[in-house]
Amino acid sequence: MDITINKQMVQKNEKEQDFTPVFKINNLNLWYGQDHALKDIKFDIPEKQVTAIIGPSGCGKSTFIKTLNRMVEMVPIVRMSGEIVYREKNIFNPKYGVEELRTQVGMVFQKPNPFPKSIYENVAYGPRIHGIKNKKVLDEVVEKSLRGAAIWDEVKDRLHENAYGLSGGQQQRLCIARCLAIEPDVILMDEPTSALDPISTLKVEELVQELKKDYSIVIVTHNMQQAARISDRTAFFLNGEVVEYTDTSTLFSNPSDKRTEDYITGRFG
Amino acid sequence: MPLINKESVKKRMGTRLAANGVAKFLFILATCFSLLVLGVLIYRILSEGLPYLSLDFITNFASRMPERAGIWAALLGTIWVMAVTAPVSFILGVGTAIYLEEYAKKNAFTKFVQINISNLAGVPSIVFGLLGLTIFVRLLGLGSSVLAGGLTMSLLILPVIVVASQEAIRTVPREIREASFGMGATKWQTIRRIVFPAALPGILTGTILALSRAVGETAPLLVLGALAYVAFVPENIFSQFTVLPIQLYNWTSRPQEEFHMIAASGIIILLIILLIMNSIAVLIRNKFHKRF
Repeated sequence: MDITINKQMVQKNEKEQDFTPVFKINNLNLWYGQDHALKDIKFDIPEKQVTAIIGPSGCGKSTFIKTLNRMVEMVPIVRMSGEIVYREKNIFNPKYGVEELRTQVGMVFQKPNPFPKSIYENVAYGPRIHGIKNKKVLDEVVEKSLRGAAIWDEVKDRLHENAYGLSGGQQQRLCIARCLAIEPDVILMDEPTSALDPISTLKVEELVQELKKDYSIVIVTHNMQQAARISDRTAFFLNGEVVEYTDTSTLFSNPSDKRTEDYITGRFG
Repeated sequence: MPLINKESVKKRMGTRLAANGVAKFLFILATCFSLLVLGVLIYRILSEGLPYLSLDFITNFASRMPERAGIWAALLGTIWVMAVTAPVSFILGVGTAIYLEEYAKKNAFTKFVQINISNLAGVPSIVFGLLGLTIFVRLLGLGSSVLAGGLTMSLLILPVIVVASQEAIRTVPREIREASFGMGATKWQTIRRIVFPAALPGILTGTILALSRAVGETAPLLVLGALAYVAFVPENIFSQFTVLPIQLYNWTSRPQEEFHMIAASGIIILLIILLIMNSIAVLIRNKFHKRF
């Protein structure tokens, strides 16, 4: 009986997915010590689309996005089970090093976190650690990345000034440029606009729309309007579980779960 | 019925303001006391030492005749010892700090090591002298050489450098380490390119202050057998030597009044060296302040 239901669900899932997945998450569980933070997460993340993760504080959305590039392991008491398959490779396979994974899966953080170096050196950092020394190549990468992050015109005359002199919004776009400089496949964004003013937020949102032509983007956001504005698919997390995961338009106009409906209509969270 | 009686608040106001004034006065008094002591010290040394201070005093060797005595040997001895101490203590101290902060797991053992390093910083310097005598002078057979002295001084200031470097490393925000790891940097790349450069000003400040403590130390080197009367400069790290504080100690313990004056001149030189070192530390700190 149980088995048939499972089969039906699997079939239904497969039918729904008319995209190429970049990440396949299978029965992912995660504990912080005794705290069961992620419970049986199972869904696929599409290529060259924006996938938004929404949910109330403490629902595990930040934890989840950090498992995708294994940054979550920086917390010493973390334990995980299940698998995350990135482009046919299980990222928890010991043979697949975190450094290699993070070269493909870049990350933009909640608070702008440029290095205390010049704008140029911030962007050149990624290529440099991957062994690129040729000045001409570095110059090109820096310009291309800054253009890609829509900040080139604002900083081209002061590339060698300290990045800390930029405004918060500019710093965040610089961090996006720094991420683009390693030419990643996926960009993870952990509430990238929560520390920014509305105008800077708008710029970053427009940028995300631009970037999805070339990159697969996963974005955690507190802001439901933002998710509705910029994402193609949305996953609603609650207490470490995925309550609902579907097209953004469907999730916001016609949620199938009562809890999703309560959350997006602002009844809690 | 209000809970706060405005009348009694008003009545207490005078006492509160008086206590406020007294507190300020007491703190000013405490500051003035240290300033006064410093003032007397400087006045005494300058009035005694300045007349004897000249280029000859710096370039002459020690002598039985006060008018010909100089600090050349002691000055160069100090420089030689510091030339051994600075790199040894910097490399060992920063290395230890990086290991403890970046690599070591936080467990009972590292906690034990940590507490012991902090305790070592408080061990009297003469104990380090005895340690140096046992290990460097006797066991390793280095004799009373510049090398033995410099290594002993390194041990003395090592805990201070470790603790200062650890604090500097700890001030590097977690966010920028995460940014580096997030781009696929290895731990070593992150340390070398991000953490170390960001912590360097703090590390250098701590190192220079520790070295300036070593410049003024006498006891450990006396125990090692550093000479009190030297008429030659060290030629290499295996030469015998003396240092400024030992030379000063030697002069002040002589009966002749003139030697006391010369000692004051030597103190001026020593103070100038310390002042320069501390100023460099302050300059570094101010230049790189408020980076995060």
